[in-house]
Amino acid sequence: MNKKVLYAIFDDEEILLESVKVLRSKEIEIEEVYSPFPVHGLDHALGFKETRMAITAFIYGCIGLSFGGLLIYYIMISGVGKSWPMNIGGKPNFTFYQNFPAFVPIMFECTVLFAGHLMSLTYFFRNKLYPGATTKSPDPRTTDDKFLMEIIVEGDDKKMRKLLKETGASEINEKDTDNE
Amino acid sequence: MYKISKSSLILSISLIVIGLLSSIYAFMDDAHAAWTSLVFNNYFFLGISIFAVFFVALQHVAEAGWSTVIKRVPEAIMTFLPYACGIMIFIVVAALMHWNHIYHWLEPGIMTVGSENYDKIIAGKEAYLNPIFFLVRSLIYVVVWIYCAKRLRDISLQGDLEGGLGDKAYSKGITVSAWFIVFFAVSSSMAAWDWIMSIDTHWFSTLFGWYIFSEWAAIGFTTILLFCLFLRKQGYLQDLNQSIIHDLGKWVFAFSVVWTYMWFSQFMLIWYANIPEEVTYFMERIELPNYNFLFWFSAGLNFVVPTIVLMSRDSKRNSNNLIVACIVILIGHWINSYLLFAPGTLHDHGHLGFKEIGMGLGFVGLFLLIVFRSLTTRSLEIKHHPFLEESKHLHT
Repeated sequence: MNKKVLYAIFDDEEILLESVKVLRSKEIEIEEVYSPFPVHGLDHALGFKETRMAITAFIYGCIGLSFGGLLIYYIMISGVGKSWPMNIGGKPNFTFYQNFPAFVPIMFECTVLFAGHLMSLTYFFRNKLYPGATTKSPDPRTTDDKFLMEIIVEGDDKKMRKLLKETGASEINEKDTDNE
Repeated sequence: MYKISKSSLILSISLIVIGLLSSIYAFMDDAHAAWTSLVFNNYFFLGISIFAVFFVALQHVAEAGWSTVIKRVPEAIMTFLPYACGIMIFIVVAALMHWNHIYHWLEPGIMTVGSENYDKIIAGKEAYLNPIFFLVRSLIYVVVWIYCAKRLRDISLQGDLEGGLGDKAYSKGITVSAWFIVFFAVSSSMAAWDWIMSIDTHWFSTLFGWYIFSEWAAIGFTTILLFCLFLRKQGYLQDLNQSIIHDLGKWVFAFSVVWTYMWFSQFMLIWYANIPEEVTYFMERIELPNYNFLFWFSAGLNFVVPTIVLMSRDSKRNSNNLIVACIVILIGHWINSYLLFAPGTLHDHGHLGFKEIGMGLGFVGLFLLIVFRSLTTRSLEIKHHPFLEESKHLHT
């Protein structure tokens, strides 16, 4: 049993950020960082890939736009609209393009609805925040005022502890592996 | 300190010469069309310069730090305001003296019962649309706008010299800005009614003021962004990082969409309700062959182009991409400005041709000359502003 999981606790996000940069420059892999709030620049310092949320937003928006268009086309023109034509203010109701201005709000709202909701769901899904999910944070203080860095060390952990202390960790704990 | 390069000077002066020649030709050829051309071109640049004042005021009241590095740019653009306002007042006075016939409701006898010109609907608006009140209102807008612009410019310079927040120049700037924004909220709408909407006297739209404001915002941000990119290319504004450009690009994109929202809201409700007195406005623009193409084309330039070109993050951080998009947006809004005025004054014989473009180029030249000259009067490098560091290290 050579693997050890270290939890380095930091008091300040600036110190944490510096520490992350130092560790990354020494090519030490950081498993995870837990923080009570988003730290500006941390994702960049950890070397995460650029988020693909914007691309999903565009795709979901396109789905919503098509759905809204098809929905209103079915309701007003082709399906229900054919068997039960609706005369609203004498507007032409036989073709899609003649009635297009009236359909724009529906299509716009569907775009926003789909993009917004599906993005939220994607976000939850990616972060495994399904109903009944419990916290993965090893230390409840990371929801208050502490920042936690998780590192897996193989073999001797003395050097790593020293380095973490030097870069400003206020305390270093070890994961209790006896129960596993 | 900015120094006008020889080519910029030659360019702006030759544009002014083109503008003057085409104005002279336009006024000799068809004075009525020439006045319309003058008023819409002037409106366009008035919008850009008054929006620069609003931009500075907005940064003050929001206590925003990101824009500190570029604040000389809107400060220079707002120096065009007195010229644009002067021309606007000249047009208003000329209309009152019946030198031009832009404003149909100023025709003599139109509000007198029994006159052959009598128009019952226009006579009903006499309490608001009468010559004296019209002139007084116009004067109040421009005097307060110019005064606020000058105050904000002075305060900004003073703030750079002494630095600091608290009871210093910066907090004085917040007070002036807050008053300006409150005044501008009302006066921008009223100016839009007076100078533009009253041309189509029978017609009215309750969101017209916001529609005009959104257009001013779109062209204002676009111009600020273009000047920032130009100055950086010339070797000035070296603290200007790509994140500020990105943020300005977001503003341009956002206000292009806001403009479309206003444009569409106005159009859709009137189209749907189909009430004769409202729908005439769009009948003139859509059914007359000389405006039909421009009407849809300008909407395409103002909405479709920024949506496609400016949507992604990378495109807003690419200067060349932004320059192309900004120029397209400015052209689109310039055409839309023409459509605000011409159908109401020229009806079916208005044409957007070389005379209008020539006068527009003259305004571009004058605008560039004034803004460049104003840029030379102040150091582009800001020294003691309280939020300077924040702006230099902006990271989005």
